Amino acid sequence: MPPVAALLHEPFYLDLLRRVMIFAIAAISLNLILGYGGMVSFGHAAYLGIGAYAVGVLSHHGIDNGWLQWGVAIGASALVALAIGSISVRTSGIYFIMITLAFTQMLYYLGVSIAEYGGDDGMRLNVRSQFSGLIDLNDPTAFYYLVFAILVSFLYLTHRLVNSRFGLVLQAVRSNEARTRAIGYSPYPYRLAAFVISGAMCGLAGALLANQTAFLTPEFMNWTRSGELMFMVILGGIASTAGPLLGAAALLLLEDALQGWSLLPKWVNEHWQLYLGIILVLVVLFARRGLAGLLPGKERND
Amino acid sequence: MNLVLVAEQTLNGLQLGVMLFLLAAGLTLVFGIMNLVNLAHGALYMVGAYLTTYFYQATGSFVLAVVLGLAGTLVVGIVVELVALRTLYERDHLDQVLATFGLILFFNEMIAILWGRTAIYSTLPSYLAGHVELIGSLRYPLYRLVIIGVGVAVAVLLWFVISRTRLGMLIRAGASNRAMVAALGVDIRLLYTIVFGFGAALAGLAGLLAGPIFSVQPGMGELILIQVFVVIVIGGIGSIRGAFAGALIVGMVDTMGRAFLKPALSTVISPAAGDAAGPALASMLIYLLMAAVLAFRPEGLFPSRGS
Repeated sequence: MPPVAALLHEPFYLDLLRRVMIFAIAAISLNLILGYGGMVSFGHAAYLGIGAYAVGVLSHHGIDNGWLQWGVAIGASALVALAIGSISVRTSGIYFIMITLAFTQMLYYLGVSIAEYGGDDGMRLNVRSQFSGLIDLNDPTAFYYLVFAILVSFLYLTHRLVNSRFGLVLQAVRSNEARTRAIGYSPYPYRLAAFVISGAMCGLAGALLANQTAFLTPEFMNWTRSGELMFMVILGGIASTAGPLLGAAALLLLEDALQGWSLLPKWVNEHWQLYLGIILVLVVLFARRGLAGLLPGKERND
Repeated sequence: MNLVLVAEQTLNGLQLGVMLFLLAAGLTLVFGIMNLVNLAHGALYMVGAYLTTYFYQATGSFVLAVVLGLAGTLVVGIVVELVALRTLYERDHLDQVLATFGLILFFNEMIAILWGRTAIYSTLPSYLAGHVELIGSLRYPLYRLVIIGVGVAVAVLLWFVISRTRLGMLIRAGASNRAMVAALGVDIRLLYTIVFGFGAALAGLAGLLAGPIFSVQPGMGELILIQVFVVIVIGGIGSIRGAFAGALIVGMVDTMGRAFLKPALSTVISPAAGDAAGPALASMLIYLLMAAVLAFRPEGLFPSRGS
């Protein structure tokens, strides 16, 4: 892709694709608990925010070491996921949806109220994460390949994870909790572990996002962001390996097209959210298997 | 910390509480009976606020505006139910969340097209605008007292309708066993539409009451909706009683936290600590409360007997 973009002299596309891949990473992490674990987390943007703030806050205090920043992003996200998960994973259904939403909102307000880190306005990232000469994130192409490598390894990782013994137990809990208990598995630790892994993965996506935009605000944790992540997973096809990637690409390209495509009438560009909302409702009502359902492959039956 | 301030903040907490209750009652009824998670409930609150503000400016009569605003929200609610939500009752919560999330985007943008993105200000008629002299030196805005009065009246009315009338009986029966109610020959779809319209009108009422004290702008519904979620999770989803108790608790805790947490921290620890942690902690307080309640009672304080 980068050579093509360079050929077309359109660095913008490289930027857009990087953005798509970063959100795909976040959506993959959400799919792990939403698709395979049956846990409808409406607060996944929290970890995007924590990952981004880990980079931003450390950078604010003069620590630009990327290994440290990204390590803290992953670690802090895992810790917060452990705290939120230990309460929310015990519940299910609508309680789970509302609790994850409420905790994310709490973190959002925390971000808004800390004036030291920009409060409402957010803050600029003066220096991108430094990897001591190994890779330079200011080089768009190098950054692109790094995100691409992380995306591919996460796709592989989740694929291995959901087909491992751990993943099978997780899916068994989703299909029938009572039977899973009956054959001797306690669902709680499996669900909690999946929740923490998912949060940590999404934290890395947040660190990438902060480097992508070189700017961070509490808006990263806004609940509409959580909704978008969920929509990516559903649009792409829930509980499928490639689904989140397809969903992220479809949603972000659709948003971009509705907003900026000059072939569309001006009133569409201007009020693109109206049309996005209608499309969302129609997709939920009529396209139940998502985009991945259109791809050839084995049928899922559940 | 003087007594007048405490009394004033108590009234403020009560006022926020009844406002949350008006929203929570509709949301919890719709969930209890139709098993529908309706994120777009906040959009109906926004519609109520906009319609009333618009009608007040157009007609000049506040009473007429209130009536038209309520009726308008009721109609919008019923149309949404018939067009989009009806097919969602049998779907899982995930589909419901996404579809109603789409409706929020639609409504916010629609409002922005009709009235613009900036906040519009709604005024009060002169007979509601003054202050009332309460005990001692406490002067309290009349309009906020009216809100408390309306909220309590609606709560009593709801209690009466649900526990003493035939409609209420059907609502309670529908909440505990839908299939059985339908089998007994009750038009369950009509009942659903009535309940949804009813909930929409309550949300609209909350919106029109909120208009003159909060800013009326696109997205105003979502700010309060998440607090309403906290209310019904604390109270127990599906229970009107729980919604009432939860709303008052959340209204009080939030108001008191914002008013007294900062000075309290300043005196107990240090002024610097109060400045730094006070506002942050105050805005997180209700979520911490929710976490604490759930840790001890995962079904909320008043679990509904239905499900």
